[in-house]
Amino acid sequence: MLKYSIKRLLQSLVTLFIIITIVFLLMRLMPEEGYFGDEFDKLDVAQREAILASMGLRDPIHIQLGNFYKDLFSGDLGTSIIYRPKVPITEIIADKLPYSLYFGLVAMGISLLAGIPLGALMARSKNKLWDKLGTGYIVFINAVPAAVYFLFLQLYVTDIFKLPILFRPDKPVSWILPAISMALGSTAHYAMWMRRYMVDEINKDYVRLARAKGLRNQTIMLKHVFRNAFVPMAQYLPTSLLFTIAGSIYIESLYSIPGMGGLLVDVIQRQDNSLVQALVLIFSSIGIFGLFLGDILMAIFDPRINLQKKEGAR
Amino acid sequence: MGSKAISKLSDGISQDLFEFAGYDEEEAKRAGYSNYSYWRSTWQVFIKNRVALVLLILMTTVLVFTLIQPYLPNQKLPTKIYIDESTGMQLSNHKPDSEFWFGTNSIGQDIWARIWSGTRTSLLIGLAVGFFEALVGITVGAMWGYIRPLDRPITEVYNVINNVPKTIILILLTYIMRPGLGTMIFAMCMTGWINMARFVRNLIIIIRDREYNLASKCLGTPTRRIITKNLLPYLVSVIMLRMALAIPLAIGYEVFLTYIGLGLPVSIPSLGNLINEGRLLMMAPSLRYQLIFPALVLSIITISFYVMGNVFSDAADPRNHV
Repeated sequence: MLKYSIKRLLQSLVTLFIIITIVFLLMRLMPEEGYFGDEFDKLDVAQREAILASMGLRDPIHIQLGNFYKDLFSGDLGTSIIYRPKVPITEIIADKLPYSLYFGLVAMGISLLAGIPLGALMARSKNKLWDKLGTGYIVFINAVPAAVYFLFLQLYVTDIFKLPILFRPDKPVSWILPAISMALGSTAHYAMWMRRYMVDEINKDYVRLARAKGLRNQTIMLKHVFRNAFVPMAQYLPTSLLFTIAGSIYIESLYSIPGMGGLLVDVIQRQDNSLVQALVLIFSSIGIFGLFLGDILMAIFDPRINLQKKEGAR
Repeated sequence: MGSKAISKLSDGISQDLFEFAGYDEEEAKRAGYSNYSYWRSTWQVFIKNRVALVLLILMTTVLVFTLIQPYLPNQKLPTKIYIDESTGMQLSNHKPDSEFWFGTNSIGQDIWARIWSGTRTSLLIGLAVGFFEALVGITVGAMWGYIRPLDRPITEVYNVINNVPKTIILILLTYIMRPGLGTMIFAMCMTGWINMARFVRNLIIIIRDREYNLASKCLGTPTRRIITKNLLPYLVSVIMLRMALAIPLAIGYEVFLTYIGLGLPVSIPSLGNLINEGRLLMMAPSLRYQLIFPALVLSIITISFYVMGNVFSDAADPRNHV
C-alpha cells in the first residue's frame, strides 16, 4: 500500500512538472497588452519593449523557465499587474481561498448526502416513479448548460424566498443558495453512477445467494450491494471537488462571492496575465492532486484491487 | 437408383438441381435465415422510443428551419437596428407583439431573428466540434488500440491531459488565441477528442481478440470486412453517443466562454451571446423575456440532442436488437 502510494505520488509529481512547463510555455503566447495595465496605449513600441525586457520576458525561453521554477520553489507566484497592481499573487489568493474552500466543501457534502441516497432509491425502484423523476433530473442537469439554470435559480428562488440576490459575508442566509446551486451538478453525477452500479450489482450471483439465505432486503442492500457499488464512487470523491471548480467559476461571479473562481473570470476579463497564469496552475494542480487522492481512496475501499499491477487508461 | 446403369456420372444428375431457387420468406424463416440489416434494426429499435422519435422530428424541423428562416417572407435581419417611427429613436426593449414575435433587445434588434441566427451559429459550433472530435478521436483511438508499441506513449499523454480540468484547458486556449469562431471550435476539439479516443481504444482492445474475430480471421475473412462487420457495429453506438453529446456540450461551453468574456464578438449572434445580453437585463422583471426566450430554445435543443444520443446509442448496440 505504502509502496503503491509513493509510486503513484511520484507519477503525479512528474505529471505536475510536465503540466506546469507546458502551461508556462503556452503562457508566453498570451496577448502582450496583458503585461501593462492601463498605460498600454500611452506607451510607444520602444517603451513597451523596455518594460517587457525589464520583466525578463525578452530573455531566452529556457532562462525564463529556470527563473520561473526558482520563484515557484520559494513560494513566489509573482505580482498582479492590473487586478491589484504590485500586490503579490500569494496574498491575493490567501484572501480568496477560504471562500472557495468553504463553498467547495459544503457543496461536496450536500451532493454526497443527496446524490447517493437518490441513486440508491432510483436503483431500488427501477422503471418506477422515483427512477423516472430522478432520470429527468439527471438528463436536465447534464444537458442544459449550467449557466442557464444557475441564472434562473438565482432569479426566481431569491424572489420567492426573499433572499438577497448577491452574497453578503455578514448574512448567512445569502450563503445557502450558492452552495446548493453548486451541488446540483455533482449530485446528478453521484446519483447517476450510484444507480448504474447498484443495478449492476443487484443482478449478481452473490445477491441471489444472500436472498436465498433469507436475508432481509435492507440488509442485502446496505451490507452487500452498497459496499460494492460504493467502491467505484470513492474514486470520484476528490474529483467532485474539481467539479465544483467549474461550478464555482459561474456561481462565485454570479453571486459576487470573493473566491478563486470569480477571481479567474475577473482577471480574464481584465487581461491580467500573471494572475491568469497563477490561477491556471493552481487549478491544474488541484486536478492532479484530486485524481491522486481518488486512486488511493479507491485502493483503501476495495482490498481486491491489485496495487502493483500497472493499469492503462481507465 | 443403384440398379440403373449409367455410362457417364453427369447423366444421372437431374438438371433442375442447377436452377436458381426462388426466395420464399416463409421457407427462409423455417431454415433460420434472416435478412438482418444492422442499420434497419437500429432504426427499428430507435423509433420504438416515442419520445426520441418526437425529438428527432422536432430537431430535424429546427435544423431545416434555421437554414431556410432568412429566406422566408417577412423575416427581419438579425443585426439590423430598428427605429421607432414616432420618436425617431432606436426601438429598444420593445415587448413581444405580432410585429416582433420575441420583442426587440436594448438596441432595437429583432430577438426572433437573432435567436434563429444564434441557433445556426451554435449548431454549427456543435456539429463541427462533434465531427472533428470523432475524426481525431477515432484515428488516435484506433492507433492506440491496434498498434501495441504506441500504447504506452499515448497512455502517458492521455494521463497528462486528463489530469487538468477541461474548463481550464478551454479557458487557457481561448485566452491565448484570442476569441473567435475558429478559436472556439479548435479549443473544444482539443479537449473533446481525448474521451472519444479512450472509448474507442478500450473497445478495440476488448473485442479485437475475441473468439468470433479469431474465427473470422481463420475462415479467411478479409481485414476490411472484419473491421466493418465485426468491430464497427460495436463502435458505432459509442461514436454516435459521443458525437450526439458533443453538441449540447459544445453549446454549453459556448455559453460558458461567452459568460467569462472569451466568447464570440457581439456582432455575431449566438445563443451564448443572446443569453449574456439577456442576463444583463434580468433585474428588470418586464425585460426578462430577453433572457427566457433564448434560454428556452437552448434548453430544448440541448435536451433533445442529449436524449436522442442516449436512445440512439442503446439502439445501435447489436445486443439490443431482436
